[in-house]
Amino acid sequence: MADVFSEAVIRCEQVHRRYTMGDADVHAVRGIDLEIARGEFAAITGPSGCGKSTLLHLLGAIDAPSSGRVFVNGRDTAQLDDAEATAFRLRHIGFVFQRFYLMPTLSAQENVELPLAEAGLGKTARRARASELLGYVGLGDRRGHRPTQLSGGEQQRVAIARALANEPALLLADEPTGELDAATGEKLLALFGQLNRDGTTLVFVTHDSVVANTARRVIRLLDGRVATDVRQASA
Amino acid sequence: MSMRTTLALATLRRHPARTMLAVLGIAVAAALLLDMVMLATGMSESFRSLLLTRGYQLRVSPKGTLPFDSEATIDGATAIVQALRANPDIKAVSPSLGTTLALPGQTFPSVFTLGLESDVQGDYVLEAGRDMPVTGDSLSPTAPLPAVVSKSFLVRSGRQLGDTLTVAAGIDAQLRTTARSRLVVLSGEGRFFYVPAETPVMALPLRDVRTLLGAAYRDRMSLAMAESRRGDSVSVEAVRAWIAASQPRVTAISTETAIRQVEERLSYFRQLAFVLGAISLGIGFLLVATLVTLSVNERRGEIAVLRAIGTQKGGVLRQVFLEGLLLSSAGIAGGLLLGIVTARWLNGILRDFPGLPAAFDFFLWSPEAAWKSLALLLISGTLAGLLPAWRAASIPIVRSLREDAVG
Repeated sequence: MADVFSEAVIRCEQVHRRYTMGDADVHAVRGIDLEIARGEFAAITGPSGCGKSTLLHLLGAIDAPSSGRVFVNGRDTAQLDDAEATAFRLRHIGFVFQRFYLMPTLSAQENVELPLAEAGLGKTARRARASELLGYVGLGDRRGHRPTQLSGGEQQRVAIARALANEPALLLADEPTGELDAATGEKLLALFGQLNRDGTTLVFVTHDSVVANTARRVIRLLDGRVATDVRQASA
Repeated sequence: MSMRTTLALATLRRHPARTMLAVLGIAVAAALLLDMVMLATGMSESFRSLLLTRGYQLRVSPKGTLPFDSEATIDGATAIVQALRANPDIKAVSPSLGTTLALPGQTFPSVFTLGLESDVQGDYVLEAGRDMPVTGDSLSPTAPLPAVVSKSFLVRSGRQLGDTLTVAAGIDAQLRTTARSRLVVLSGEGRFFYVPAETPVMALPLRDVRTLLGAAYRDRMSLAMAESRRGDSVSVEAVRAWIAASQPRVTAISTETAIRQVEERLSYFRQLAFVLGAISLGIGFLLVATLVTLSVNERRGEIAVLRAIGTQKGGVLRQVFLEGLLLSSAGIAGGLLLGIVTARWLNGILRDFPGLPAAFDFFLWSPEAAWKSLALLLISGTLAGLLPAWRAASIPIVRSLREDAVG
């Protein structure tokens, strides 16, 4: 069996990120070196303000490092201009957010179709793909429902289907269970486990160590640095 | 339907009451703009079409007067009309004599009467019954004289077509006598172009009106209308100049000159219409800009996510721009309908003002002017969507997500 972890999907080299918030100069990420291989299921955890969301934004090419380099799928994301970075995200990265961020006036199906339409897929093809993905996340019978007609867990599943639409190399999730109750959160994490077993490289951020321990690798940040990086035998 | 259109429509449906109010606001602005354009162009165009109703481009009136501006008449009318008709550049000449005839024993004492030659007259169109006899028709001097009357005449007198009545001239108020009278039969109902709709009016053959008025009016006319054989303004002006030079006792005025004079008098109306039109354009612009800006500010997080999942800046710009365009289009469609309805309503009210010619309109539908004004509003509304669209496209993804998470 080939080593699925042999190829790095993410490689960070001495990444720093500084920004100003009001009058304060925030040094959120302080020299992180990190490699995440294809097929990994990693959790980035740590206390509030440790830089985990900032790191996730850097990994997702929606932010650029102040110094250092971030490679995703072999591309140095800091070298991409806005249009290139956007196209890169569309093709290679899927995002899941804590607050779901579904378009409230579109149906579940249409929400999933959004990135497919951006990728230029025709109507028939994107309908078929969206249906397939909603079926995969267990919402085959909720395609026509609007977000307000879905529970929090169901909305997050739609967001996952949307993130998977263009078959990204990497799925990033920011506190994906943050707005869900414990039972729903568990089901969602089980879905993440299933996604990973089906081949998706998955990195999620959480401040909850119990949730983090469901991943096969737990990277703990403290003050913008990697404090611990533990691979677990079984998640 | 494209995904972008679906999303734009969905965004507008998100706050239906707000969107509806904005669309209504734009519709009112569009209706106001349309009505102002219709009013600005309507009066002069209506006046032009009124003057050209029967194709006569020239009015010949007593020297120094405007047509029917005074009770002055032109003596030696036959010679003048013959001279005009002899000019090969003149296709037709219609002399008329306006006067007031008494109506002994009727519900109202007198009627404004036009003496006309029915075969060339340009003052009315027959709507019911029979017309007056053409010039040269022999009619027994004792037979009732066929008259064409206005609807208001029939309504106010309570008479019907076919009824006979007596008209008289040369009234002596003290002796309560008339010098001459004639039995007339109400043969036809006509719509008179230049006489207010509420004014009873009667048309009789010119020759008979002259006879009724007596020897002093045997060869008089109030006005003659002339039609140039070639309708272009240069030819009309050449005929006008020829009349002015060859007939020193008359003033010849062309339709174009009359319209110019009217336009000068109506210029403040156009200025008012221009100002109100500009205000309505501004209102449309502000409504679209406000609503779309509000919508963008509310959706900063959503827009940041759209950008994060792969929507290009241009895509966001087009998306928001489309929202403004849809909003403007819906408002303009409603405004077109509202503008036409209000114009008709206002026109009905204004046309009832006493003293206005029956065929005069204040608001005239001109497709070209209407489309131009609505296109202007559409451009204005579309431009109004550009600024919020550009702001939406420039939303910083990370900061907006962070702010939205905190908010």
